[in-house]
Amino acid sequence: MQQALLASVFVVASCGLAYELIAGALASYVLGDSITQFSTVIGTYLFAMGVGSWFSRYIVRDLVGRFVRIELIIGVLGGFSAAALYFMFVWAPEPFKIALYLIVFLIGMLVGLEIPLIMRILKRDIAFKDVVSQVLTFDYLGALAVSILFPVLLVPHLGLVRSALLFGLLNVAVALWALWLFRTQLPAIAWLRGQGIAALALLAVAFAGAGEMTSLAETHLYADEIVHAESSPYQRIVVTRWKDDLRLHLNNNLQFSSRDEYRYHEALVHPALATLPGARRVLVLGGGDGLALREILKYPQVEAVTLVDLDPAMTRLFSTAPALTALNANAFASPKVKVVNADALVWLEESREQFDFVVVDFPDPSNFAIGKLYSAAFYRLLEKHLSATGLAVVQSTSPLYARQSFWCVVTTIESTGLVAAPYHALVPSFGEWGFVLVGRRAYAPPQEYPVATRFLTPALTPALFEFPKDMARVPAEVNQLNNQALVRYFEREWRHVIR
Amino acid sequence: MRRRGFLGALGACGTLGTLGGLSGTTLVAGCSPGSPPPIPRGRVLGNDVDLGHRLRAGDLPPPGETRKIPVLIVGGGIGGLAAGWKLAKAGVDDFLLLEMEEETGGNSRGLATAAGACPFAAHYLPLPGIEAVAVRELLAELGVLQGDPRAPRPTYDERYLCAMPQERLYRNGLWQEGLWPHIGTNANDHAQYARFQELMAAYRDRRAFSVPMALSRRSPELLALDRVSMRDWLLAQKLDSAPLHWYVDYACRDDYGTASADTSAWAGIHYFACRSGEAANAEHDTVLTAPDGNAWLVRGLVRGITARIQSGAIAYRVEQTKRAVLVDVFLPAEERSVRFAAEQLIWAAPLFLVPRVFVGEAKLAAAAQRYSHAPWLVANLVVSSLPSAGAGAPRAWDNVLYDSPGLGYVVSSHQQMRLADAGAVLTYYRALSGMSPAAGREALLSRTRETWLDEVFADLGRAHAELRSLTVAADIVRLGHAMARPTVGFIWGGAREPFAADSPRLRFAHADVSGFSIFEEAQYRGVLAAERTLRRLGVRFTSSLV
Repeated sequence: MQQALLASVFVVASCGLAYELIAGALASYVLGDSITQFSTVIGTYLFAMGVGSWFSRYIVRDLVGRFVRIELIIGVLGGFSAAALYFMFVWAPEPFKIALYLIVFLIGMLVGLEIPLIMRILKRDIAFKDVVSQVLTFDYLGALAVSILFPVLLVPHLGLVRSALLFGLLNVAVALWALWLFRTQLPAIAWLRGQGIAALALLAVAFAGAGEMTSLAETHLYADEIVHAESSPYQRIVVTRWKDDLRLHLNNNLQFSSRDEYRYHEALVHPALATLPGARRVLVLGGGDGLALREILKYPQVEAVTLVDLDPAMTRLFSTAPALTALNANAFASPKVKVVNADALVWLEESREQFDFVVVDFPDPSNFAIGKLYSAAFYRLLEKHLSATGLAVVQSTSPLYARQSFWCVVTTIESTGLVAAPYHALVPSFGEWGFVLVGRRAYAPPQEYPVATRFLTPALTPALFEFPKDMARVPAEVNQLNNQALVRYFEREWRHVIR
Repeated sequence: MRRRGFLGALGACGTLGTLGGLSGTTLVAGCSPGSPPPIPRGRVLGNDVDLGHRLRAGDLPPPGETRKIPVLIVGGGIGGLAAGWKLAKAGVDDFLLLEMEEETGGNSRGLATAAGACPFAAHYLPLPGIEAVAVRELLAELGVLQGDPRAPRPTYDERYLCAMPQERLYRNGLWQEGLWPHIGTNANDHAQYARFQELMAAYRDRRAFSVPMALSRRSPELLALDRVSMRDWLLAQKLDSAPLHWYVDYACRDDYGTASADTSAWAGIHYFACRSGEAANAEHDTVLTAPDGNAWLVRGLVRGITARIQSGAIAYRVEQTKRAVLVDVFLPAEERSVRFAAEQLIWAAPLFLVPRVFVGEAKLAAAAQRYSHAPWLVANLVVSSLPSAGAGAPRAWDNVLYDSPGLGYVVSSHQQMRLADAGAVLTYYRALSGMSPAAGREALLSRTRETWLDEVFADLGRAHAELRSLTVAADIVRLGHAMARPTVGFIWGGAREPFAADSPRLRFAHADVSGFSIFEEAQYRGVLAAERTLRRLGVRFTSSLV
């Protein structure tokens, strides 16, 4: 009996420390600034334990029954703490901090109740000096065990959500064990056992399904404050803010940072459009953030812009959210702009329209589906929509990090008989970025920019078409639907950059 | 290596073959009480049982009129269409092509579904070698082969080249690239696989096997391969690796609807060693395909002869007289029959019909009875969105499961230029090679659509547990005589000879004449029959065969 109780002290102590570490780690993950998060979480937790210890004096009857109940509550509360905080952060980021400290405080208080209760239960059979010595020894041993296991085994192999559930299961197991140990002394044992088994089942089911829960929650962790998060049928859209920096993430990939997106979008639009004084009809494929539109609409000669973006959630967000419409200069409100929410490939196949300027701003070719958008077949299709003197510009990944991928796009465009003019620009949040101008004739950079720019100057522009040695042309295969050469290059090159 | 499109069983066959087609029975599904997981709605296509019985019983109105016709083609599968295509190109326009179904194309037809077009059965064409002159001519006409049709390595329209990734294999919970299980096999398996491929490459280098098969070399040593089964041939080469045997057996079932233990080694090796086609813009093992399978090829053959086609016409009696070939044709829509007196007849329907239809042709009937035909089941699953890709290799066009009774499925949206997953049709194939052909046909007819779909979902469910819930409609196609079986001793055993031969008024144009069912053979037989007919008619033409 005595050894059994001391063993449960060990478990209970480990669980207590585990919840504290999990809360601290989670807060550092999602809020950043780990020193602050750990010290406030630990402070809150220790203080709450003190509160719990103080309250323990008011528990006078049915010590074992109360202990069991407290264990069950800790088990469920602690067990689900990480999952609850994750989901809270993703779907209701505003009150996240309140919830965090509330949960930490509640768990701390309940854990603070545990040890005094166990000491009092043991005191009935053992001398007080032995109780103190043994209980505190096991308490600190438990803490040591978890503090070592936590970084080495638990976080890397189980993750936070699953670790919390595991300790919840341990708490409930201790409760059930205590029930069995004291089965002769407890009234209403069946009711308590029922509760215990229910808690055990609940946690076990959650543990089994935790993989999906975690991936659902963990994919949405960003260092900055989330100002908007939604899942459309096509992608997860997250907008974060850090000071004055707004960032758009699609499926966890950074799309732009408001600090330097002007460099990207000026480079995307102006080198072509500034040479097309007669451009009246413009097509944008992708670009649902409206930032390319903003640049295009600076040109008075442009009469109509069609923007084809698959995801209505994107165009809706960027035509309604004030912070975002401020960024794209309310481009979607322009009467010149027509938004089509359709599959760009299907739309191009079905449309007969021709355009003077086409912006092709698709995601990087990271999978076979997107690889189709960079194929020779696609560029042949694109050509049918280019007017006689029309130009298109293609976002074509980084010529520095994905050099062969970039030149593969150029080679592919050239294979269709179109003339490619590759260039690059530095966008600090992306790095060195590449674009290809596509037309039927050789391209000459503009002598002046008729619209306001922050990045481009006429003097700089020819230099963008020069490639330094480390980005110079390399041979590459033509990207065809039946070889998907680009996706293979891209995978290899980015894997090399990321690891 | 991959599934060859099969074709063949076209028109004029009741139980015999496949009447009904698209107009087949529509079933409301999932409504039988006591079957908890609902089976999606769908159609049963293929064999029309009632008409078959009627044809067998001879319960048909006698011909009420006799029409004279210079050239009659019976059967609108690839063989018949190719014959019509060649006649029309030679300027002959006084012929008539009779098709039993509403639509021509046989197994190469497309099928319309809620999620767009998909294959009815046959679904690809390998890159044609230099000897497949007629295939190249057709592809050039369609603009799919660009430039000189006789170039050793022509350029093909990228849209028709199967997009990457072409195929993948599910084994032990993991998808792998290609069809050879390179993961989870040992060094001995790999060594045997390499040696098998070397043996095939040696045959390829000797140009021992050709498409069309009639141009293959006929040395005694090669023809002897026909007298041993593919399985025994492997064992005789000391190739006993289980994964290699699975791989070869898969190819035989896929191509010939026949297990490797029953397939002639000549045919089995032909499959691996006959392909010499190359492309300037694709790997040599790339295939040509489209969302609706081979229907684009059918359209290419049909477009010049639509006015010459009469559908819904079933030839049930053929008799040669001194002056003409008399062909009695039942028109179910009008519930009457017509007798055609044809100067020249091209029989382009499956050969198993010959004993039932031809009068006074004991030699032909005896030869036809030496044929056996493989029964196939095809299931077209219309899914609202694609099943999850699963672990390992990404989604491919052809998705095959190891150790499965089926042959896997192809994805109709794979070849489409689209990004979003707006649903697709998964076309699942199963050759009923685990039982005798007769038992297979019996199973096709006696089991319900629901029973078959349960099997399909159980098979594919190993890799895609959620497939059943994604499927919004499911058609099954029952093909009782999908293709001739190149069993041991069949190809060079003499049965084909009477059908391959020319005669004054009658010739045969069907893949059955070659002994196995692939597009190239059917087209070759059709063009050959047309050119022989043109010679009899004294019409000058440029051959599409040399």
